[in-house]
Amino acid sequence: MKVLVAAKRVVDYNVNIRVLSDNTGVDLNNVKMSLNPFDEIAIEEAVRLREAGTAEEVIVVSVGTSACQEQIRTALALGADRGILVETDEDMQPLAIAKVLKAIVDKEQPSLVIAGKQAIDGDNSQTGQMLAALAGLGQATFASQLVMGDGEATVTREVDGGAETITVKLPAILTTDLRLNEPRYASLPNIMKAKKKPIDVYTPEDLGVDVTPRVKTLKVEPPASRKAGIIVESVEELVDKLRNEAKVIS
Amino acid sequence: MDFNLNEDQVAFRDAARDFSDNEFAPHAAAWDAGHIFPRAVIRQAGALGFCGLYCPEAVGGLGLSRLDSSIILEQLAMGCTSTTAFISIHNMATWMIADYGNDQTIVRFCPDLVSGKALASYCLTESGAGSDAGSLRTRAVLEGDHYVVNGSKMFISGAGATDVLVAMIRTGESGTRGISALVIPADSAGVGFSANLEKMGWHSQPTCEITFDNVKVPVINRLGEEGDGFRIAMKGLDGGRINIATCSIGTAQAAICRARDHLLSREQFGSTLSSFQALQFKLADMVTELVAARQMVRLAAFKVDQGDTDAAVYAAMAKRFATDVGFEVCNQALQIHGGYGYMQEYPLERYVRDTRVHQILEGTNEIMRLIVSRRLLSDADIESIQ
Ligand SMILES: Cc1cc2nc3c(=O)[nH]c(=O)nc-3n(C[C@H](O)[C@H](O)[C@H](O)COP(=O)(O)OP(=O)(O)OC[C@H]3O[C@@H](n4cnc5c(N)ncnc54)[C@H](O)[C@@H]3O)c2cc1C
Repeated sequence: MKVLVAAKRVVDYNVNIRVLSDNTGVDLNNVKMSLNPFDEIAIEEAVRLREAGTAEEVIVVSVGTSACQEQIRTALALGADRGILVETDEDMQPLAIAKVLKAIVDKEQPSLVIAGKQAIDGDNSQTGQMLAALAGLGQATFASQLVMGDGEATVTREVDGGAETITVKLPAILTTDLRLNEPRYASLPNIMKAKKKPIDVYTPEDLGVDVTPRVKTLKVEPPASRKAGIIVESVEELVDKLRNEAKVIS
Repeated sequence: MDFNLNEDQVAFRDAARDFSDNEFAPHAAAWDAGHIFPRAVIRQAGALGFCGLYCPEAVGGLGLSRLDSSIILEQLAMGCTSTTAFISIHNMATWMIADYGNDQTIVRFCPDLVSGKALASYCLTESGAGSDAGSLRTRAVLEGDHYVVNGSKMFISGAGATDVLVAMIRTGESGTRGISALVIPADSAGVGFSANLEKMGWHSQPTCEITFDNVKVPVINRLGEEGDGFRIAMKGLDGGRINIATCSIGTAQAAICRARDHLLSREQFGSTLSSFQALQFKLADMVTELVAARQMVRLAAFKVDQGDTDAAVYAAMAKRFATDVGFEVCNQALQIHGGYGYMQEYPLERYVRDTRVHQILEGTNEIMRLIVSRRLLSDADIESIQ
């Protein structure tokens, strides 16, 4: 079976985000970019399926500027077999990405699609679900465990109350939670081998997808900076402040 | 001329950083305090390719350039200076076997060395022969198909924990031409190790004296011909000096990152330290010197890659400059931290202790000046040194 993994180029989790002075977005100039951590988990899970003999091929797809090739290469170094870049300079929102992925699903006919539960830039957590709806496939989101069966997958999901185990018929869409696995490091020899793996490039137009943004961003602002705290002299003072200033106890 | 890293170099750098951030940095302080040699983590590093960086692919190495290797080692050094320095020495000794060994020696030693399953030490210095390494006295006498080695080696990095010794031994006349390089398994009968010597830094790797008491070494284990040993040792050091300089650069980068964060967060006299111009200028100087040092190291690496006839001179200049700058930057970063910099809760004092030895080993910085000045005062064209 084929596994399709969606991978997004995002600002590295270590970077301190700076909002542009005109409030139109965040500053991406000279900022370290990397693979969305949840997508790294998705790749790891897919590669493990191939190593276990359950999957024959792992395809990684990224949607965005040509720079996304870097993240596709990383995914190839981590073990994916080939890459697909859907290249566009458009501001890509979840619905547009889901539509592009749907077109790739139609083309490749994978038995399983694995995506991160969210990307750490927009934190939308929408793409996987939208793709499931558009493609008419079952979905198992926030997965912390995957057991492949015959034509189905048993998935443990992280839900508010704890863990929920469900079965989905294949083909299906899985989105990964943190606990699903611990991704491996890219080895230097595999980085070199990744260079020889193919990457197909399409545009949204090639796929007949309209990616015009549907949501307009009015303003981007940094969260209010935390005010400095104070050191109280005594427990009495603390209780007094909690009661009369913060009004969190009565 | 393009000073940007290419696509591969970016990928190597990021992979090395990822490993260093997760497997070195969180443990470096504990390895330092406990004098722990992180054998398992080095093995893991080997599995990812970090133990045979510039060994040829034919022997199982990655066949990377010295420039690529420097870019990689710099990232590792940001997480743990001492462990990375050991890995760099292992890379150097392994390369010497790969480049100068005969087929049998390569087949016997290289697969395990390039994968980090086995580790190597470089053994040149003796108690009586440091800067004047050409005067070394450990001697090998030929007896049929093997040598019998007697003598001792001083200050050997990794000794006691490594499996293979690449040792420079006198097989002939006095002077540099009477020296041969022998590959000696560390578990050979007659090889003895002193207790781990107590030292100022580099605590995550042992440093020992090694004694050779009638140690039998097959002739087949010799690298190159008899008398080639000193030349081979110096060839190894051209790369080794670039590597050690790189360890200083990576550590200094880590120190600057810390210093900058501290300047922005620490408040005195009612404002952050970053508002004081004396400290702003200090930071500006630190980063300026570091960038200059990094470029010089990369230039030297490039010269070695090109096989430039003056590669050794560039390596010496880079080692002298980058290890001096590296130490000074770490020391200034400590100063910026005030009393906290002196405390072991922060890594600054470790950075200072670890980078100090880079000015001494693999040829002291005085010897580096000797190499550079000797070249400049020779008959050869001096303007070709650019
Ligand atoms: C932690 C550590 C690890 C080491 N690891 C290894 C290893 O793995 N393998 C190995 O072979 N060696 C190793 N060494 C040895 C190291 O390379 C030597 O210490 C170094 O080359 C200096 O030799 P020395 O200590 O005998 O000093 P000396 O040669 O006695 O020098 C003393 C001082 O005199 C200066 N000096 C000497 N000659 C001159 C001159 N002609 N002109 C001007 N100044 C001069 C020196 O620069 C130095 O400042 C290690 C050393 C240390 C401290």
